[in-house]
Amino acid sequence: MSDRLARIVGPIVVLLLLILGWEVAVRVTDTQTWMLPAPSDVLGSFRDDWRLLLEHTRVTLSEVLIGFGIALAAGLITGIAIDSNRVIERALYPLLIASQTIPMVVLAPLFLIWFGYGLLPKVLVTALVAYFPLAVNTVDGLKSTDRELMKLLRSMGASNWRIFRLAKVPSALPMIFGGARISVAFSVIGAVFGEFVGAKKGLGYLMDRSAAMFETPRVFACIVILAVMGVVLFALVGVIERITLPWRRYTSASIL
Amino acid sequence: MPTPLLQVSNLTATYMEDGQHLTALEDVNLHVDLHEFVCLIGPSGSGKSTLLDIISGLFAEVAGSVEIDGREIPPAERAGSTSYMRQRDLLMPWRTALENAALALEVHGHTKTDARARAQERFAEFGLAGFEDRYPAQLSGGMRQRVAFLRTVLAERDLLLLDEPFGALDALNRSNLQQWLVQMWEREQQSVVMVTHDVDEAVFLADRVIVLSARPGTVIHEERINLPRPRTRAMLTSNTFLAHRAVLLDALGLLDGDVA
Repeated sequence: MSDRLARIVGPIVVLLLLILGWEVAVRVTDTQTWMLPAPSDVLGSFRDDWRLLLEHTRVTLSEVLIGFGIALAAGLITGIAIDSNRVIERALYPLLIASQTIPMVVLAPLFLIWFGYGLLPKVLVTALVAYFPLAVNTVDGLKSTDRELMKLLRSMGASNWRIFRLAKVPSALPMIFGGARISVAFSVIGAVFGEFVGAKKGLGYLMDRSAAMFETPRVFACIVILAVMGVVLFALVGVIERITLPWRRYTSASIL
Repeated sequence: MPTPLLQVSNLTATYMEDGQHLTALEDVNLHVDLHEFVCLIGPSGSGKSTLLDIISGLFAEVAGSVEIDGREIPPAERAGSTSYMRQRDLLMPWRTALENAALALEVHGHTKTDARARAQERFAEFGLAGFEDRYPAQLSGGMRQRVAFLRTVLAERDLLLLDEPFGALDALNRSNLQQWLVQMWEREQQSVVMVTHDVDEAVFLADRVIVLSARPGTVIHEERINLPRPRTRAMLTSNTFLAHRAVLLDALGLLDGDVA
């Protein structure tokens, strides 16, 4: 327990010390707020602009959640298709792996041309960035199923569907959750990048506009919200994983 | 003469390795009677495991037939008619001991609740009481093997196929589980075909020991074991035991003097 406490308290203390150092440094050097605001200025922005921040956070969060949801569904479907059919695997899997090397965010300007300034192009960028870790981990997870275990089930007379449900899905879930953790963090980047390229709403848009007006404290406030959003979503996937896969506690050290 | 529970006739099996057809088993004939414990021994590569794979329907023969209860069953329909325990315990890490034990029953169509209730009834008898809710990672090797045994027995099939079930255990665990298996079998009286490479284990457990030759595997010797039931470890040093052991070692070409 004390070990666990230390693991939580340690990073918080370091973080607080960093913030304190930052505050002191800004005041001592008398740095202009538009250049580098002190943490207290950022807090001030939260106090003054909270309505604005909340409104734009809602937009970005919905882009992240919808995009991630689409990526999750698409990743699971393609992953299962690739695992279950050799022809599909040969045709699709190499492309899937190769496409991982392309930074998906570069497609954002095209989506702007095709779909305008609304929610859709951001959701698409988000879904694209989030899709690959999920698809690849689903394939790898399903493929990691113990072949001997599948033989055992077959010798019991289990159908392919039964084997899929009883052996493959549970074998794949830890890797799927691993993919989901990466994807959910990517989703936030995808949504913000989509907004940078062209938007009328969202934290990316608000940052862009605030920076243009040298409202630097508000830019920092947006960064803080995005960071918290990423961490919370990441942790949320971890919590769902721990509830869904209670047995993992005994087979591997857990992150977080 | 009563119909044997299992009748394997003129069985030949080949498989592909490095683009070549290899004959794993050639013209194998053997039978297992109801309530009989048969051990299969033979040098590695003699196709012992392949034979179990064929009987359980995991692998198809190229010639010959397998009859269960007097009825010839083609390979594709054999799955589910026997209960097969493979070398590794193959417990699902995401299922508790109880849920693992109930697996075969679930596959055979029992509801989860019913399957688990049936497994629960037998937990104490298998020395697993109190460990129902543990995950495999929390169990010792010997306990995991007993859960796998319970899963195999609970499938409620007349014929159990055991592929070196003690292969992965240390000597002490192995000897304990042999003793335990022989006692359990003497109560259950399900028919057993067990593959082992350990002659002592075969003589100690079996009613009959069948010796397979090196590849291509074929039956080269059958030995009826004349030790009384119940078996005890004290018999391991009896003259009968040693005589059987000598005959089997000789059949395997392992007696002193045979070795070049």
